[in-house]
Amino acid sequence: MSILVDEKSRVVIQGITGREGMARTQLMKDYGTNVVAGVTPGRGGQDVYGVPVYDSVEEAREKRGPIDISVIFIPATLVKNAALEAIAAGVKLLVIVPDRVPIYDVLEIARAARETGARFVGPNTLGLLSPGKAVLGMIGGRAQRAREWFKPGVLGVSSRSGGMTSAISYYLTRAGFGQSTIVHVGGDAVVGLSHPEIMELFERDDQTRAAVMFGEIGTTQEERVADLIAAGKFTKPLIAYIGGKAAKSGTRFSHAGAIVEGGRGSYAGKVARLRDVGVHVVEAIADIPAKAAEILK
Amino acid sequence: MARLYEYQSKKLLREGGIRVPEGEVAFSAAEAGDIARRIGRPVVLKIQVWLTGRAGLGGIQFADTAAEAEEKAGRLIGMKVGHFTVDRILVEEKLAVKAEFFAGLVMDDARKCPVLIFSAVGGTGVEAIAKLHPEKIATWPIDVGTGLREFEARNLVRRTGLSGGIMLQTAELLTKLYKVARSKDARSAEVNPLVLTADDAVFAADCHLVVDDYAVFRHPELGIEVAREFDRPPTELEKIAYKVEEKDYRGTFYFFQMTDAIGPDDRVIGFHGAGGGGSMMSMDAVLARGFKLANFCDTSGNPPASKVYRAARIILSQPGIRGYFASGSGVASQEQFHSARGMVKAFVEERLAIPAVIRLGGNCEEEAIRILGTYGRGLPGKVEGYGRDDSPEACAARLEQLIREGGEVRHEVKPLAAFKPAEGAYAFDTLTGKLSIDRERCASCATKGCIEACAPKILKLDDGRPALAITPEEARKGKCTECLACEIFCRFHEKAAIDIQLPIPGLAEYRAGLREREG
Repeated sequence: MSILVDEKSRVVIQGITGREGMARTQLMKDYGTNVVAGVTPGRGGQDVYGVPVYDSVEEAREKRGPIDISVIFIPATLVKNAALEAIAAGVKLLVIVPDRVPIYDVLEIARAARETGARFVGPNTLGLLSPGKAVLGMIGGRAQRAREWFKPGVLGVSSRSGGMTSAISYYLTRAGFGQSTIVHVGGDAVVGLSHPEIMELFERDDQTRAAVMFGEIGTTQEERVADLIAAGKFTKPLIAYIGGKAAKSGTRFSHAGAIVEGGRGSYAGKVARLRDVGVHVVEAIADIPAKAAEILK
Repeated sequence: MARLYEYQSKKLLREGGIRVPEGEVAFSAAEAGDIARRIGRPVVLKIQVWLTGRAGLGGIQFADTAAEAEEKAGRLIGMKVGHFTVDRILVEEKLAVKAEFFAGLVMDDARKCPVLIFSAVGGTGVEAIAKLHPEKIATWPIDVGTGLREFEARNLVRRTGLSGGIMLQTAELLTKLYKVARSKDARSAEVNPLVLTADDAVFAADCHLVVDDYAVFRHPELGIEVAREFDRPPTELEKIAYKVEEKDYRGTFYFFQMTDAIGPDDRVIGFHGAGGGGSMMSMDAVLARGFKLANFCDTSGNPPASKVYRAARIILSQPGIRGYFASGSGVASQEQFHSARGMVKAFVEERLAIPAVIRLGGNCEEEAIRILGTYGRGLPGKVEGYGRDDSPEACAARLEQLIREGGEVRHEVKPLAAFKPAEGAYAFDTLTGKLSIDRERCASCATKGCIEACAPKILKLDDGRPALAITPEEARKGKCTECLACEIFCRFHEKAAIDIQLPIPGLAEYRAGLREREG
């Protein structure tokens, strides 16, 4: 198995007629993603690379049947409406690609998702990919590259950096290790599915034998993964790299931030917490494949 | 994050119906004296900077008379704290303080909602107090659908031990504080202290709002110049860069300076990253070789060549850098030849004399490396392209070697020449620039390769010379993607008839100013 998406998942693309929407539709279709419809209000009746376009997600569902996932390529200022539309139409997984979505818009999306039991990846995400099955978003850029760079296997990858999602997975492939699913959780302060939720999914996935996590300074994601491990809810081996060692810390945190986060967020704090619960924290990206070899031996 | 000064934040609170001390901002000692005179009571003078712990820095002073206020203001203005030179102070009535509280609104990434924190003790050192007296502190996750309701605010305050009228007044203030924060898209709002005065009134005696960068466009009334996270006001060059980003929505471009005073012995590099994680990793690789960075810059998210070009010109407006290092994740999904063309155009126009190591691994990296190698060859500075199998550490080592071999040349910032298109040139506007073709020269062109090179295929041959195959209006609206392929082809393989002007407002003046300061 893989997590979140496979070749059978029925996918709609919101914003399919835009610059990015069109380019990524081609990538997804060529790679094997089951794209059943596109949506651009006012453009119903057109088609993009053979994918029929509808005026709304609801219409796409009426005409094409159930939809599992919506991938959103809409200008950031309009993302909230598009996401709420997909949630209202009953879609249970959203991939919100655009960067610069206002934070209160993200919070409103999170609230609506909570009410219906929907989940979302992003915003500001390159997407996710289950090698040999399907890609959502823009990982790989072109299908042929995606097929060369990523191979099916037993490692789950979760990253807060889009480029590093691809880079780590490529370096694993080059060293002979395939991946179950690779996920860019998004680069923003508040995202939908974050590292701990992805780790819980990897825990339940029988294809995944170990996981790799690219963390960064800021937010509480990596500490919450440590909490999860301490609580016995993530039991598979985990390799982690934390970026931002050189970045100066401290200035950005307000008093309130310090009280809420209780010292969370710093490079040293994250590394110490993760090592404490037995995570293999590496100092360089290049060390990840060797560490994987050691673990999977 | 776009930070507001205390006086700006307080103005918003006042508009939201929250009681704040009477006062105004002053930019000179004389103004401060006038304000103190108008207030007519003892005043407090507070430097306006984005730092906490101002009292400890001597940045908060009290004055009983207008004359004293003017005299003390004269000492505060011009004072240096951190990266700031104080240029404004807040002059406001001094409150008779009976007790101090604390209120803060932050974003909780785990619960995905704003959280309001209230503490019945406030003032300096509130984090330490929080640890010692957890019972004095209460927090409440706010439902963004309903906002903070009054009963929720009352329960929050009640749990810290306050009661009666003080509890009611405080709770009312908190509901208003959330409304202000929400309506201004503030991702954090902090009032420290909230003051209970001798006559039992509750005031916001200090306030810092940080507006969400991504929502600044909704608030032109706030007059935020650069919506980026800084712990100091933006530099001139950062403002120029921000204008570029603001005017072009394609991809992202982020630039900040880490030093603007490079000494003759400093080994400093101009840095051009792509993507947050890959940039951080690449910076670590350069720093590990003992270099300093003049700047941080990130162009990513599939930016057009024109945006990468502008980023490169801005990076190369920093005199004294000894090398140019570009490196991202190494396995980018975007087609990397766009970035390669943008950089090559900038390097050629600069006549780059320092070495450049460009790590453009990812989609179409072979083409990107070829472009850098082929067209960067004639420059005095060595330009080399690398791909996904070359580590950032190896690339940083290579740059160091090239710098040493080249004799540690320091980059000289030359004036930007004004552009004059050839007389009678064929020209059309692009989304952010102007493309002109001196068609006299096209007569002797053998290949007409510009037509083939054009990625969006918007050029055609018209009587044996290139012309738009679409309307000028369509080209201006973005059908010309500013991929720069036609210009680069023409410049290196044919008659150099095509010129794409991509103006960077303010940069020519900035460079002229640099020379004056140096000269």
